[in-house]
Amino acid sequence: MQTKKNKITSDLNVNQDIGREPDHKNTNHPVSHDYINTFEKDKNYFGFYDYRDFAFLLNFSPENTTLSRLFTLDKLLERDKIREKDGFPRKIKLGKLVKPSKDGKDKAIIIPTASEEKFYHWNGDPSGGDGSPTGGNGDETEGEVIGEEPLREDEGEGQGAGQGKGGQHGMGAEAYEIGRILTEQFELPNIKEKGKKTSLTKFSYELTDKNRGHGQILDKKSTLKRIVKTNLALGNITTDEEPDTSKMIITPDDRMYHILSRERDFESQAIVFFLRDYSGSMQGKPTEVIVTQHIYINSWLVYQYKRQVVSRFIVHDTEAEEVPDFYTYFNKSVAGGTDVSSAYALVNKIIEEEHLARDYNIYVFHGTDGDDWKDDNSKVIEELEKILKYASRVGITIAENNYSSRNSTVVENYIKDSNFLEKYRDVLHLDSFVAAEATEERIIKSIKVLIS
Amino acid sequence: MELINQHTKKIMEGCKERASDAGLKFDKATLEYMVTNTDLLELSPKNMIPTLYDYWLQDIEVLRSKGEYEYYPNNPYETVINTRPAISFYNNENPDWMNVMIFYHVIAHVDFFQNNRFFEQTWDYDFKEKALTEKRIVSKIRSQKGRAVDYIIEFTRGIDNLVGYFASLKEKEDVELFKLPEQIDYYFNHFIQNQTSFGMQMYLEEIERYNKIEEIEGKTKEELFLALVNGKNPEFDDNFQKYKKEYKQKVGQDLIQFILEESSFINKEENIWMKSVISIIRDTSLYFSPQIRTKIMNEGWASYWHEKLFLKDERIRGHEVGFAKVNAKVTSLSKVGLNPYAIGWRLFMHIEELANKGMYSYDFRRLNEIEQRKKFDTSSGKGNDFIFFIRENYCDATFLNTFIEQDFVDKYKLMVVGQRLNSVKNVKEYYVKSKKAKDYKSMIVNSLYHPPYITFSKDNDGVLYLKHHFEGKELLRDYIPNTLIGLEYLWGNKVNLETMELDWEKMSSGSDGINTDDITRHDPLFRKVIYTVENKKVKKDVIN
Repeated sequence: MQTKKNKITSDLNVNQDIGREPDHKNTNHPVSHDYINTFEKDKNYFGFYDYRDFAFLLNFSPENTTLSRLFTLDKLLERDKIREKDGFPRKIKLGKLVKPSKDGKDKAIIIPTASEEKFYHWNGDPSGGDGSPTGGNGDETEGEVIGEEPLREDEGEGQGAGQGKGGQHGMGAEAYEIGRILTEQFELPNIKEKGKKTSLTKFSYELTDKNRGHGQILDKKSTLKRIVKTNLALGNITTDEEPDTSKMIITPDDRMYHILSRERDFESQAIVFFLRDYSGSMQGKPTEVIVTQHIYINSWLVYQYKRQVVSRFIVHDTEAEEVPDFYTYFNKSVAGGTDVSSAYALVNKIIEEEHLARDYNIYVFHGTDGDDWKDDNSKVIEELEKILKYASRVGITIAENNYSSRNSTVVENYIKDSNFLEKYRDVLHLDSFVAAEATEERIIKSIKVLIS
Repeated sequence: MELINQHTKKIMEGCKERASDAGLKFDKATLEYMVTNTDLLELSPKNMIPTLYDYWLQDIEVLRSKGEYEYYPNNPYETVINTRPAISFYNNENPDWMNVMIFYHVIAHVDFFQNNRFFEQTWDYDFKEKALTEKRIVSKIRSQKGRAVDYIIEFTRGIDNLVGYFASLKEKEDVELFKLPEQIDYYFNHFIQNQTSFGMQMYLEEIERYNKIEEIEGKTKEELFLALVNGKNPEFDDNFQKYKKEYKQKVGQDLIQFILEESSFINKEENIWMKSVISIIRDTSLYFSPQIRTKIMNEGWASYWHEKLFLKDERIRGHEVGFAKVNAKVTSLSKVGLNPYAIGWRLFMHIEELANKGMYSYDFRRLNEIEQRKKFDTSSGKGNDFIFFIRENYCDATFLNTFIEQDFVDKYKLMVVGQRLNSVKNVKEYYVKSKKAKDYKSMIVNSLYHPPYITFSKDNDGVLYLKHHFEGKELLRDYIPNTLIGLEYLWGNKVNLETMELDWEKMSSGSDGINTDDITRHDPLFRKVIYTVENKKVKKDVIN
């Protein structure tokens, strides 16, 4: 039903077409705009070139199938490496795609993309406004609002629910794969274990154990061996003549089975906190950069810890709150001020309340544009030091806005003043750059700084 | 991929007969294939042309779409391709009645491809066969030259939206208009007219002289006449060559051609093979050019006919409801957004209606009285002829520009939808920005495919200088450096690009001089910049 205030949404997406000019929308839009390649998830309406006979007449779209003819991603990345040696910038970028879902199990996947760069017109709004106009149809009069779309995800449900719902917060199997690629192709370092204090005992059930007489799966080879043994003992088989199978007998004990058994695993497990400043000044490029970086870091950790990673997401302006999933994490925006200490305090609170420090390798990654409105820095320094004492790594990214002409940002200054970069050299790493100029190479480089 | 079965083919043939009777003109030979998901995925980066050359980025595209389909099932493809015979693709699970509808739609597309003048240059050959030959050439060269081929493909594709599509149409038109050998044409239309001493009398005498020349053994009339001209004007030949070169620069040549002729890199002896690859990319781009420029017309035309013919088709009685559902989905106007099926179809119907009443006439245009305008009807019955004329001679830009008017906008309650942030409610609002035909037209024309207009020249140091003629939109900045690096590779020397870009700094500093974080809502300010690429390094200089 079309109501007057209908929420305009669409699950359909836009794909590229020959010569189609990509609609690069508003640069100030908070994120859903992919940093690397625009999938135009922020575009909720269709343009002319988004309509195709197949979709609209035949209602036919291909499923995900395996194409053996194609190059694998590894091969393509290999090619891209050669390309770099030839002196050209890499072509393949890793893009992310997030599908919001109503039950909270938002999914994010990372897919390779390569844009065909040409001279195109930029179709954004040159007045820095809210997007270029499009067509429509209806009885409403000029000036009337026909629909609205929330900038912020609906709240209420699932607040502070760390684990549980949504499993690994939608960063599924693909994250592992991407982590592997990042590690191998982009030469991200492997993890350095900080001793074994964080190993954790857990159980898994496997069918590796064998059992005589009963079990889940018959082990035919072992069973045959036993039958031969038994019949040798009984004299049914002799060495000097062909064995006659009709004379052989099978005792119940001869049957060998695989049996489900509990195995003890000793594995490292990591919990990673992603902290993001979502204050007003973060809109646009800084947010894109931070989110892109965080999705990569998460993938890298998922790979390094063989999927034993729990991700927690915290956004903050002057107050911090934990959000349930990655999608909310990277889509949220407000227009408030900034208080960095609130986020650090929340991390400490969660760690303490859930007794996480004992069992987990703890990682904290914080992305900010470097603003902090608090005059008194003692709180933030105090909270940060608490984290530094138990964390395996704290990585702070400062994606500066291009309009902050100051040499270094507030956050950078007080961290430098605190001398933590020296004192906790092994734990705290910081990288800062101008967001608007951050290319993918810069982001990867920055990840290396943060995690090496 | 396999052909549709005999049963379905019979339905198709029935549709062709009926479409033909209704006045659509198309080659009677067509091919219909069933496609699977896998086929679609593989064909998509090749724009559904199965024989298009291979290129590794197409594989990335497929991997990317695989990822996308998981969450955003959609597909970007055409069902019918402009080949000889025309080939169309189908899903094999359609019921018969639905196939009837789709067949009519496809036939109308084929009719459009084969009659719209913008496709003229695709009429004389079968692109699929040409592409196959080219695909073989590319893979043969690739086996000899390795990955250099892929660089050539990539970088040529980087400028393939700048092909001189309209110039290529004009070239053909010139030939048809004058039909004189080009030297003779130059002599009469340029050379003697530029000579101040030449009067009308002398001009006519010259024509007379040309007409009187009789062919003699072994020599044509033209040769004899030119011999006379050259005898009288020793500078004629030089002038002619110069004119030809200038003319080519002015209209007949695009950036890719210019690079083919003037690039120091491509024209090295060992690199001559690159020319064939570059030409292939250029031809391919030209081939797709009319398609993207007639999207709305083509879909509107197909929707118009599938509706009209389906409802008349006695074979599908009893399926009107099913049809209505699908047809409504295809042709309904979106609350927000631009649907080419819906707008093109309505505009064709609107034009037909008006033409039937004789409203595209001086008599109607001069009426001011609203009641008179309403009642005006000459019952000319020319509507059908008129829309056929339009499908032959218009492209999207001219179609929308000419026929969108207030009556049309009012009739279908069309409007321009704007977006704005409401910071109080923290929502993005969509609101009715305008219901005026003028605004609607400019919004719609603004959203049409329009590559930037870039002219080029070679300066004395061999530097390629590109000048982007600014039309109110800056170039997409993220894509500029790599495109330039590719151009430098093809050109073999330094490349400059002059363009305009938004001056965010100036805009954000604002008129009140306060540095503000809120850079929304400022008048756009542009500044001139020059990009330079040299040794794969790109730099940008702001010109004050």
